[in-house]
Amino acid sequence: MTYKWDFGPILQYWSIFRIGLEYTLGFTVASAVVGMAVGLLLTLARRSGWKILSIPAGAVVEIFRCTPALVQLVWCYYALPVVLGLSLAPATAALLALSLYGAAFYSEIFRAGLDSIDRGQWDAAAALGMTPVTMMRRVIAPQALRRMTAPLVSQVVLQLKNTSLISVVTVPDLVYQGQMVASATYKPLEVYTTIAVIYFLILFPLTQGARLLERRRHG
Amino acid sequence: MAREPLMIDIVNLSKRFGRRDVLHDISLGVPRGRVLALIGPSGSGKSTLLRCVNLLETPDSGSITIDGSTMRFGATASRHRAKAMAAFRAEAGMVFQSFNLFPHMTVLENVMSGPRFVRGRSHDDAERIARPLLERMGMDSFADALPDRLSGGQKQRVAIARSLAMEPKVMLFDEATSALDPQRVAEILSVMRDLAQAGMTQIVVTHEMSYARDVADTVVFMADGHIVESGPARQVIEDPREERTRTFLRHFHMGKA
Repeated sequence: MTYKWDFGPILQYWSIFRIGLEYTLGFTVASAVVGMAVGLLLTLARRSGWKILSIPAGAVVEIFRCTPALVQLVWCYYALPVVLGLSLAPATAALLALSLYGAAFYSEIFRAGLDSIDRGQWDAAAALGMTPVTMMRRVIAPQALRRMTAPLVSQVVLQLKNTSLISVVTVPDLVYQGQMVASATYKPLEVYTTIAVIYFLILFPLTQGARLLERRRHG
Repeated sequence: MAREPLMIDIVNLSKRFGRRDVLHDISLGVPRGRVLALIGPSGSGKSTLLRCVNLLETPDSGSITIDGSTMRFGATASRHRAKAMAAFRAEAGMVFQSFNLFPHMTVLENVMSGPRFVRGRSHDDAERIARPLLERMGMDSFADALPDRLSGGQKQRVAIARSLAMEPKVMLFDEATSALDPQRVAEILSVMRDLAQAGMTQIVVTHEMSYARDVADTVVFMADGHIVESGPARQVIEDPREERTRTFLRHFHMGKA
């Protein structure tokens, strides 16, 4: 038996896909921004030299690195409200889970980037009389950022793909909307093919950009 | 003879790394405009002592005074704030074995970095300070180059210019010639000698015994975190009193610096 591919009906639902695409991109951007901000705070806390900050921050990073994003998402939606005694909207739970999951990995990228800066750079900046803030701003961060760009882009790529999980808690992202179209048209093969193509068209330029950055750094 | 006023005064300085005594109750002074050379085997604590003077290592106890401003360490001393430590460091220039130029800045920007980011001078002011120093170091034609284009000796001259741009009261050299080719060593030593002749107070950690003998006023021999012997440079190098100093110096062939 041969399957007859027919994308005609799918295209009629383009506006539904578009809503999904907007959610996917919106959640990617929001969770990347929140995740990087939280990741930076976690990194600073871990490097602060105060155990009261560094131990909890280290624990948060490891918990979110060592459990699956899907489990975190479902836990934030169903279990966290029980713990906190308040209900969370699906979008809130989704943003929270994705952001914290991302933050754990961004924090690792920041940590590795800072650690990769030669000890002598800190020494030289300190010996000139720079305060810690000036040192970070003028000497360490400019060098570390260059090294962190490529891994950060890779993590954003993962972050975008991870947004597909939020369909599980009924946030209408690309996958969720696709499921709606699939049940309306009975054409799941065409729907998932379409979704895959859309993801690829967004992410391929990003990964190529990351590769270019990487090459420029080594070149 | 009246004691000369001390520019650097280190009193009862101790430092442990874990269980190891790295510095054991070290006291020494450097009069204004004098050069003190620290010699000794690796692991003797001489580099740690130098790094303590610039607070790159925090001593466990004792005190360090540079030109009248004092930092005290130990259980009774209050914890020093980052700003106070930065201000203290700004008075002492430090030159490292591995140069440690900032690779994302040009040669000129490296030399301007102290005046600009520590002293808060304007870009133009900082440049007015930096250009003559680069000229003095013979590096003015490299002002716009990035550090990775330079040879080791050139990097070290830029690093010295960068330190001098802060108009430090003292200069600390931490094996500043150890990573250089033999020809470049002489070039950097002559810069250091010029600085000494211009009256710059220096502490120099070095393996260049002829430099220690010919340029330093005082030589201090350290081993295992202790000062074994200290005295006038020529005497310590040529006629050491202690057996350990003699054994150590036997490893060196001394020519004219």
